[in-house]
Amino acid sequence: MKPFGTVSGVAVPIEGENVDTDQILPARFLPKPRNGGFGQYLFHDIRFDDSGTEKPDFILNRPAFRGASVLIGEANFGCGSSRENAVWAIADYGIRAVIAPSFGDIFYSNNIKNGVLPVVLTKDDVARLIEDQLHEPGQPVTVNLQEQTVTAGNRVYHFKIDEFSRHCLLHGIDELDYTLSQLDAIDAFAARRAAEEGWPAQAPRTASASDDGANI
Amino acid sequence: MLDKIWARHAILERPDGETLLYVDRHLIHDGYQPAFEFLEERGLPVRFPQQVFATPDHYVPTDERRVAGIRSAERRGMVENLVAKSREYGITLFELDDLRQGIVHVIGPEQGISQPGMTIVCADSHTSTHGALGALAFGVGMTQAAQVLATQTLWQRKPKSMRISVEGELGFGVTAKDIILAIIRRIGAAGAVGHVIEYGGSAIRALSIEGRLTVCNMSIEAGARAGMIAPDQTTFDYIAGKPFAPKGEAWAPAVQRWTETASDPGAVFDREIVLDAADIAPMVTWGTSLEDVVPIDGHIPDPANAKTVEDRERMTKALDYMGLVPGTPLSQVAIDRVFIGSCTNGRIEDLRAAAAMLGGRKVQSGVEAWVVPGSGLVKQQAESEGLDVIFRDAGFQWREAGCSLCLGTNGETVSSGQRCASTSNRNFVGRQGRGARTHLLSPQMAAVAAVTGRLTDIRGGY
Ligand code: SF4
Repeated sequence: MKPFGTVSGVAVPIEGENVDTDQILPARFLPKPRNGGFGQYLFHDIRFDDSGTEKPDFILNRPAFRGASVLIGEANFGCGSSRENAVWAIADYGIRAVIAPSFGDIFYSNNIKNGVLPVVLTKDDVARLIEDQLHEPGQPVTVNLQEQTVTAGNRVYHFKIDEFSRHCLLHGIDELDYTLSQLDAIDAFAARRAAEEGWPAQAPRTASASDDGANI
Repeated sequence: MLDKIWARHAILERPDGETLLYVDRHLIHDGYQPAFEFLEERGLPVRFPQQVFATPDHYVPTDERRVAGIRSAERRGMVENLVAKSREYGITLFELDDLRQGIVHVIGPEQGISQPGMTIVCADSHTSTHGALGALAFGVGMTQAAQVLATQTLWQRKPKSMRISVEGELGFGVTAKDIILAIIRRIGAAGAVGHVIEYGGSAIRALSIEGRLTVCNMSIEAGARAGMIAPDQTTFDYIAGKPFAPKGEAWAPAVQRWTETASDPGAVFDREIVLDAADIAPMVTWGTSLEDVVPIDGHIPDPANAKTVEDRERMTKALDYMGLVPGTPLSQVAIDRVFIGSCTNGRIEDLRAAAAMLGGRKVQSGVEAWVVPGSGLVKQQAESEGLDVIFRDAGFQWREAGCSLCLGTNGETVSSGQRCASTSNRNFVGRQGRGARTHLLSPQMAAVAAVTGRLTDIRGGY
């Protein structure tokens, strides 16, 4: 995962509350392979018409907002389906930070797991950011994770993010590495749970065992 | 209840306050290819395959049962990958030609895989369904799901708790679906963000497990992390004898443990909401968010009456997409398609209730109506009761089990501009197909809409 330091670039406002992951990535693109570049499907059905031609009135198609690296959404952004592909579309398009007053829970954590920084600002701050971007399209916005600030023009907004997510994003570490370091505690817990529930005892499968097929 | 289940599964806590939770049951489906790829990249096996259960549902056709019959290579690949990986890792698999195959959230309860007091996850937001049995069940992202495969654990921040009580008796023609739609109407599509909802009250306790599954299924549509209902005798009776349920000597201690899972009488919740069951009417959605929902005897709302400018704009956009005129009585809205199915309303009781409304009448000409059972066993049961004949005689298509028109990833969609009365759970823009217009309602209402050709109040003469 790419470490997240500072991102500075065009910020595209996506207006409307409750923008769901079906909008961000329509379901029919779900079976596409992960390495196929999901950026081309981002907001597909509002970005392109039936013939696949760009709709000029959609904000991401306006010259000033093309290639945005920051996205600004409204309340409950990314609600609905848990599809992680929605974040892949955002990340593959080149967006590194998403700002909103609130997020769908699963979408929020999916962002962190894919190296995209979710930034929660107050509703008023977001409204002002959106207004400024609409007023002066293409004015660069800077998101600094170290300082936990968003800077647009001469305005600076402060945000909070939990320490662990911040640490992971800053260093490009993923959560799984950390979890794997706890495997002993997990195996002991698994044995206890099995006893509690009366499940047959089970030996954890390990990488070496699966290589020689001994686990089957 | 949340506290108790949480405490029983917490392995350790991280400095930032996230807890490593042990996962008892992991349900997986044909969208898991990225999770398996992730494991392979890291050289990790599935650590506890006995706790993983697999079924293909999102990409399967519902006009036939052969994997080879899936025309799109991409979709066929998703199903084949699930089969291959389940075999490779020793995961219990219900294949496409196995009667036990079905929608992941239908088969978990049906097979007795989902039990009270358990933590259950699946990379699918409607995993909240299983909370109906008194479990803590929630949807996760695909990277999280890969971690669960590799470690049987998940990092979570403890959600807040919220109790929604529905007291009293439901009126005639009012169902579990109407309860949850009425709840979302009351609290909004983001009304329970960050919370786990525990549903209670006499109207909830009076529901069958199938009705409770419908209510918990749509918790996510109110923004909740999960929904749950305390296990009681109804729950135990439902689970008894299911293939993966505790048996023989293991049964009594299990019931004892399950009983202890329920919230204590004086339990305190971060939020409390009470609804009167008698106030709930059959509901139907008119727009493109779950909070766009009104009683069937109502009218299409007028954006002019919206409280804020943003609301007005959003409503105008929704009405434009839905092709509806403010002020129109809902009962005058004509439909083109009917879909009875999904993990919300694709169980046997739903099909029975829908069939019972048909009364020998025919599907209105010009309307295409489908029944898609939630699992192969639901289909078999319905056929043994003759429900398939009732639906077919009325002019419905009687199909194989899968997600189908709920989301259309298997290629079955509602055409652009078509209006569909659907028992599924989301009315989002493009959910049932590009440009498709969805009205969510109960199976009974969907059946009647099919014969009248329009949204209809099932409480009146029609
Ligand atoms: S029926 Fe619909 S909501 Fe349920 S799992 Fe399938 S696609 Fe998801």
